[in-house]
Amino acid sequence: MSANGRLLEVDDLVVHYPVVRGLLGAMARRPQQVVRAVDGVSFAVERGELLALVGESGCGKTTTAQTVLRLLEPVGGRIAFQGQEITTLSHRQLRPLRRRMQIVYQDPYESLDPRLTVRATVEEPLLIHRAGGSKAERAELVRDALERVELTPPELFLHRYPHELSGGQRQRIAIAASIVLGPDLLVADEPVSMLDVSVRAGVLGLLDRLREGGLGVLMITHDLSTAARFADRIAVMYLGRIVEEGPAAAVVGDPQHPYTKALLSVVPRRDPRERSRPQILRGEAPDAVRIPSGCRFHPRCPAAIADCREIDPALEPAGSGAGQRAACILAG
Amino acid sequence: MSALLELDDLHVWFDLGDGGELHAVQGVSLALDAGQRLGLVGESGCGKTTTVLGLLGLLPPSASVSGRVLLNGENILAGGEETIRPHRWNDLAIVFQGAMNALNPVQTVSAQIVEALELHHSSSGRAARARVAELLEAVGIPRDRGDSFPHEFSGGMRQRAAIAMALACNPSVLVADEPTTALDVMVQAQILELLDALCRDFGLALLLVTHDLPVVAQLCDRAAVMYAGEIVEQGPVDALYHDPRHPYTRLLFAATPDLQGNGVPISIPGAPPRLDRPPQGCPFHPRCDRVFSPCPTKHPPLRRLDGEREAACHLNDVPAGVTR
Repeated sequence: MSANGRLLEVDDLVVHYPVVRGLLGAMARRPQQVVRAVDGVSFAVERGELLALVGESGCGKTTTAQTVLRLLEPVGGRIAFQGQEITTLSHRQLRPLRRRMQIVYQDPYESLDPRLTVRATVEEPLLIHRAGGSKAERAELVRDALERVELTPPELFLHRYPHELSGGQRQRIAIAASIVLGPDLLVADEPVSMLDVSVRAGVLGLLDRLREGGLGVLMITHDLSTAARFADRIAVMYLGRIVEEGPAAAVVGDPQHPYTKALLSVVPRRDPRERSRPQILRGEAPDAVRIPSGCRFHPRCPAAIADCREIDPALEPAGSGAGQRAACILAG
Repeated sequence: MSALLELDDLHVWFDLGDGGELHAVQGVSLALDAGQRLGLVGESGCGKTTTVLGLLGLLPPSASVSGRVLLNGENILAGGEETIRPHRWNDLAIVFQGAMNALNPVQTVSAQIVEALELHHSSSGRAARARVAELLEAVGIPRDRGDSFPHEFSGGMRQRAAIAMALACNPSVLVADEPTTALDVMVQAQILELLDALCRDFGLALLLVTHDLPVVAQLCDRAAVMYAGEIVEQGPVDALYHDPRHPYTRLLFAATPDLQGNGVPISIPGAPPRLDRPPQGCPFHPRCDRVFSPCPTKHPPLRRLDGEREAACHLNDVPAGVTR
């Protein structure tokens, strides 16, 4: 392990998807267009920290998460895991690292194999990575993982199939299968959005306790209320860029970027007396094939000035939070 | 004065085929006045969608329904499809969650709305086309976009088109089943703003079915909380949040994260009961944090507490000042 304290460091990450132009387009030699899904994203996740990457659909948050794990290939930028650059490692070189960085998907109804018992599901990663030692030792690791996801006593669950479990229990099994290898980083892509409200808090609380135990968590979510309650830091994405980042309390309590401000203003509150004055942005984010010039948010920005059409702002220190930054020439 | 729409003791059973039966809706009574917004909230499987499909006569043949649905005092369930059809769309319209599924993919949006107008004898020909332009404008779709196909619309635009279609025949009640669930928060805000404006400007009554308590808290006057096929509490949204009279209401709010709140949300232990094997006593008692002697054996009826509140909980039987 390196002396570098950063668990994960992402610097100027760029991911493009080619747009299918079809045979006619190719014959007409129309220029190949690309979706700039991730367009220069930098962030870090420390050990024992939960970073929430929030934004609307199409902003590039899931692409970012998958690229960090090298499930997608970036066209630019670098990804360092525990001080080691992994951007250009071959899949063979990546293999020993895979067990230290794991992912939990959104839908526990899709991500679990219906033919595998809980025991087999949680044991599978150990077999794939030839880890965990003897059969008895593996059984112990599986029991231990189930206890860590609070499915106790493990005997009650080991021989069940996914269809015999509730949504919350299934997501706990998916998390157990992710942590059985003892990873240092967990990427959780909308881990509770398919679950009922009454069980969401339990799964998020579980991630929080794993984080306390030293796990670094990168959580992808569209739900600002969840990010506000469970994240240490929040990064807000818009059209392939992080437009604001900082401690969760600062981003929510003292937002600096006009997009963050608008987004926060439209989140419905539990208390009917807190009827906010929503600042509703018109239209929807433009597609990532045609990213606007200058600040990519300027066509929808209520505060835009003439310079915003020209200047593509970098993330600069702004606001009251430690390390809070915003990509807006009017912030700070 | 009687309510515009009233559900009186609505029950829905599904035949499970193997001789078993699932009692999905267990005696739901609701009232909605003209221009009022009522939220029907609960988690998946609680019977909220079945309730509204039942009131609109849209359930599959495997379902049996009992109870009354009174529209301006007339029981529209009395004669089955024959008595419901004249009111569907004309008086009661519905918007579903997946707007893409509600629209025909091979027909332009305008053509679909014209068809709806003609089918329901509301208007035809040139008058229908003029009405479509008016409807699209009311929901914030530029007139010239009406000639687009649904796939050319974004999710938010599709939901607007579905709302325009629901409003085609000037209904007095709009039933919206999870209308913003698949949408991003900014688009959700646009749709909620639209529903709010439609209720205000056209005096439309709204029955909003959702699992999302904050959406109800922001948009509705009153709410009914469903659990295991029953309404366990109903009243003004302010009272439900600040003074819940059923533990499920309180715990559901406590499980919902809030943007600015300090507390960390707490989940409710356990899972809802299976409706094909209803438990004895209060259906919530295995998960309740205030369970006491009558709960495991005695089913609490939904009782009127004061002018506007109803709750189905034995705690409300305990005289004030007595602590257990």
